[in-house]
Amino acid sequence: MSGLLEQLFQVGFLAALIRIATPLMLATLGEMLSERAGVLNLGIEGIMLIGAMAGFCVAYFSGSLWLGVGAAVLAGMVLAALHALLTVSFGLSQHVSGIGVTLLSTGLAFFIYRLVFGQPSQPPSVPPFQTVPIPGLSAIPVIGTAVFNQYILVYVAMLLVPVMAFILTHTPWGLSVRMVGENPHAAESAGVSVAVKRWQAVVIGGGLMGAAGAFLSLAQFNAFTFGVINGRGWVAIALVVFGQWRPWRCAGGALMFAFIDALQLRLQASNLGQHVPYETFLILPFLLTIVAMASVSRNAIAPAALLKPFRKEER
Amino acid sequence: MGFRLEPRISTPAWLNVALSLAAVLAALVLCAGLIALAGANVIGAYAIMFESAFGDVYALTETLVKATPLVLTGLAVAVAFRAKFWNIGAEGQLLAGAVVGCWVGGFPHVPGPIAIALMLIAGAAGGALAALVPALLRVRLKVDDVVSSLLINSIVYYAMMALIEGPWKDRMSGYPNSPPIQDAANFPILMEGTRLHLGVVFAALAVPLVWLLMRRTTLGFAINAVGENAEASAYGGIRVDRVLLTAAAISGGLAGLAGICEVGGIHFQVMGEISTGYGYTGIVIAMLARLNPLGVIPAAVFFAAVMTGAEAMSRATGVPVFLAQVIQGTALITMLVALLFTAYRIRRTGGPAGVRAT
Amino acid sequence: MTAPPLLDMRGITKVFGEAKANDGIDLVVRPGDVLGLLGENGAGKTTLMNVLFGTYHADAGEIFIAGKPVRIRNSADALSHGIGMVHQHFHLAPRLSVLENLLIGQKGRRLVLDRGRALERLDDIRRDFGLWLEPHRMVSSLSVGEQQRLEIVKALYRGARLLILDEPTAVLTPAEAEGLFAAMRAMSEQGFGIVFISHKLAEVRAVATRCVVLRHGQVAGSIERPGEATNAEIARMMCGRDITPPERRAVALHGPVLELSRVSTRPRGGAGLDDVSLTVRGGEILGIAGVSGNGQRALADLVSGMLAATGGEIRLAGEPLRRAAPAEAQRLGLGRIPEDRMKTGLVTGMSVADNMILSRLADAPFSRRGWISPKAIRAFASERIEAFDIRCPGPEARAGMLSGGNLQKILLARELAHDPIALVAAQPTRGLDIGATQFVHDRFLEMRDRGRGILLISEDLEELMALSDRIAVMYGGRIVGEMPTTEATIERVGLLMAGAETGRGRA
Repeated sequence: MSGLLEQLFQVGFLAALIRIATPLMLATLGEMLSERAGVLNLGIEGIMLIGAMAGFCVAYFSGSLWLGVGAAVLAGMVLAALHALLTVSFGLSQHVSGIGVTLLSTGLAFFIYRLVFGQPSQPPSVPPFQTVPIPGLSAIPVIGTAVFNQYILVYVAMLLVPVMAFILTHTPWGLSVRMVGENPHAAESAGVSVAVKRWQAVVIGGGLMGAAGAFLSLAQFNAFTFGVINGRGWVAIALVVFGQWRPWRCAGGALMFAFIDALQLRLQASNLGQHVPYETFLILPFLLTIVAMASVSRNAIAPAALLKPFRKEER
Repeated sequence: MGFRLEPRISTPAWLNVALSLAAVLAALVLCAGLIALAGANVIGAYAIMFESAFGDVYALTETLVKATPLVLTGLAVAVAFRAKFWNIGAEGQLLAGAVVGCWVGGFPHVPGPIAIALMLIAGAAGGALAALVPALLRVRLKVDDVVSSLLINSIVYYAMMALIEGPWKDRMSGYPNSPPIQDAANFPILMEGTRLHLGVVFAALAVPLVWLLMRRTTLGFAINAVGENAEASAYGGIRVDRVLLTAAAISGGLAGLAGICEVGGIHFQVMGEISTGYGYTGIVIAMLARLNPLGVIPAAVFFAAVMTGAEAMSRATGVPVFLAQVIQGTALITMLVALLFTAYRIRRTGGPAGVRAT
Repeated sequence: MTAPPLLDMRGITKVFGEAKANDGIDLVVRPGDVLGLLGENGAGKTTLMNVLFGTYHADAGEIFIAGKPVRIRNSADALSHGIGMVHQHFHLAPRLSVLENLLIGQKGRRLVLDRGRALERLDDIRRDFGLWLEPHRMVSSLSVGEQQRLEIVKALYRGARLLILDEPTAVLTPAEAEGLFAAMRAMSEQGFGIVFISHKLAEVRAVATRCVVLRHGQVAGSIERPGEATNAEIARMMCGRDITPPERRAVALHGPVLELSRVSTRPRGGAGLDDVSLTVRGGEILGIAGVSGNGQRALADLVSGMLAATGGEIRLAGEPLRRAAPAEAQRLGLGRIPEDRMKTGLVTGMSVADNMILSRLADAPFSRRGWISPKAIRAFASERIEAFDIRCPGPEARAGMLSGGNLQKILLARELAHDPIALVAAQPTRGLDIGATQFVHDRFLEMRDRGRGILLISEDLEELMALSDRIAVMYGGRIVGEMPTTEATIERVGLLMAGAETGRGRA
């Protein structure tokens, strides 16, 4: 075990942790934004998958990874827009709509991928993103190599946390989004269009979920597999609860999950892993996510209007 | 000039059926685009699907075999959703039932009928336990049931895989499978030369039983009442938490039975591919059935046909088999939209009536 | 003195279904006016103000602001015309700060919120009107009175020149009400206009410069100097008739059916009870008067078993209520007409028949050994529908489709079916039309005449006067006075309701 402890503070481990955390941060922030506006998006798992698929396909054929990321964001936005249409405009059940979006996106992602690539014996891959060291910072021992010698998308995800926090607290748009999720009647009476803000938050959130998927297929695995998301979307929803709907805490939750995930990957490779089936370790992150969520749920205060459709109507 | 949603005074019964049919039809029409995209003839492709699902007796029995777990997971979700217990965990509960039931089915020297009965009981108990976890987390700790039941799906899946990769691995085959259940515990085949097994009967029996439960018992009444308005139910003397937990156990038990039917009737052991998303399809089925147990049968048969049909169509036309999944997702969404028409009617309005300035 | 009025509403008519909520109403507010808008529940006050604020669209009529005709389609329009409204239900986001609630919806193209300017404006409002709130506090930590103050500050912050206050004192303590009146006077002196909706005569007389009385959706009259009018004058205008209580038979009193002795409770989020003792005997109706939020809800919940007492004892038909469980209270013979019939009384998504037996589910003949008898339920429901003249397509109709009056009849039909020994009824006629109200009152009197006891909690003094044998007044979670109805006058009860015993109320 002492060897394991040493490993934890190795550069490689820290770098892996940051990479694992990145898609979760993007997805969790996207879900959080949507929920802050009052819309639970259970479509996240499918939206991430379609992001991963769209990102991979476009990158594969265009040769441009960034075009792939753009396509993933766009695909995420389109499916999130479907969710917004059903839940915001039509006021339908957010639970059922979200599951519908996940089922549809999952099916679509597999369908299109199979249509494009058939069933090759060797799954196609793209040359993945290269790490870009940040001059100066990357020279710091351990931390520098682990944190500041990463993919650009990693930096984007890290920057997004303070940016999202700033937007929510310091801009009129962010304030409206929060108000719409807390008390849509108050927002409407102040001249804020509830529907517009909710649409915007859900669609932007969907874009982030799509980007999270693209990170998995373009940076982490540089290929699209059917299990590429593997419940990370559901974990992101749990992390939003754990993060109490606040950007910094959500990011902290993502890091915590990434730590557990990186740890279990190490465990799989360790001596222990030779005697215990690797699936045993895969349970850990999910189990601890539930524990983490349970630890805060009693006192967690969700946005007051979460799950509640808003309809401007006369009596 | 605009449109306005106006609450309906009443929803005629025919409308409910018509809307479910319309939702299915709309989903098929929407998905026709994908078939065309794949370069196949739309009508031809659907014809192959229909043919291979209902074309002959064998096809029909295969569809019924496929429908068996779907009926049970559909019922599971319907019961849970009636209580507004958002059980998205039927998939995991199915697996839990399969594992526990399969283990019991492996007990040697148990006469057939008893072995099958024990498997059913054990499977139902396994599923119920898996469902009680999110329900208890919700009742005691206010943990969101949607997220916890989803995460538990993954936990159960990996736990199952760890078992059949590890201590429970079948030493004879060397594959990641559990040892087979005793021959005596295999479900009898109902029709020579087909896979139509006793599980079909269990699923068929479960439907009227759940219907009776929901319509004719005080528990069913309480489940409905708690789902519709937990606060008023509590004031009316119903113990809301207890009803929720009971509904969760029943729901999980039904999903567990689905797992047992797959073990006892098809696979005779636990393996990684024991469920191809039956738990999630159960959600679509329950919604399409409007949470009515009787509606679960046609909905389950439909999706079973889509699943078996899609495979045949994929072989014949090259349209990816995942069309089945797309149809499921689309049908859930079109059904959801159709619900708008049961609760509201759309009225045209002649401009906003306002205070007119002169 | 020919400045155009701040507000001039002419011939406003608003129809809901077949009921005319507003029928050709004219209303004028001039700068400096504090206009008291009086009327009974359902007289059309709130509807009229919702038309002005753009929540409803009038079916006929015109609105002029500062002499110019305007068209108000939504609340944003109203705001842009300088109209601010303080609803009975606050439009605040509880988990946002005071300042953030002010900043929301600000026009302008700034990308970043200008907190500094907002703080300056907040200071101005404090200086001009004496209204102050710590800007960084969470709204959820504010008292109800402070939240209301925030609503007023919000309206002023957004540049309102005309402020509509919808029954603002219903949720205030007398001291808070006094602060509100001071701010209203300050605004009036600076040329603001205020519409003050109330049904409390004393307050209107104290603070209003003019007053308009609505009745059945029409203007019943106006009074130029309300301070000099008598309560009786105004009351007559409001009711349109002298109050004639329904005929009551003298009934021999039986033993106590509901007793509270020294009961206290402290519910989460809401007013509690503090050492309350009262007795309802068979053959009488005990009325509970009081401004809402003074513990009435806790009282009803306590008696019906939804809330546990922290001290004291409750006895139903002589037996102590040992367990705080609704089923237990029912077993001892309690019936219950809850305040919020849609939320805590009925399951609107279920059928009329199902609602009829909701609280008797486990009893024969509706169920035996866990099996329901739909036949018995339907037969029972049909019989009750007939007996209570419930207008619905049949027992299988969804309860949610019915009107408020019919919903209340379902509740009555259910709760009275098993001849409860005691009944606790909260706001039983709120929102009902005259016919349905009459129906409810008749049932209550019938019950009383049969020797049953009723605890009637109501904010409608007229109702209490008409039905009760005795009236007790709640204030701050206590019973501050009790008297036979024959000795009760509006003035006397009103004084107690305002907490006059504590020396802070106004007459």
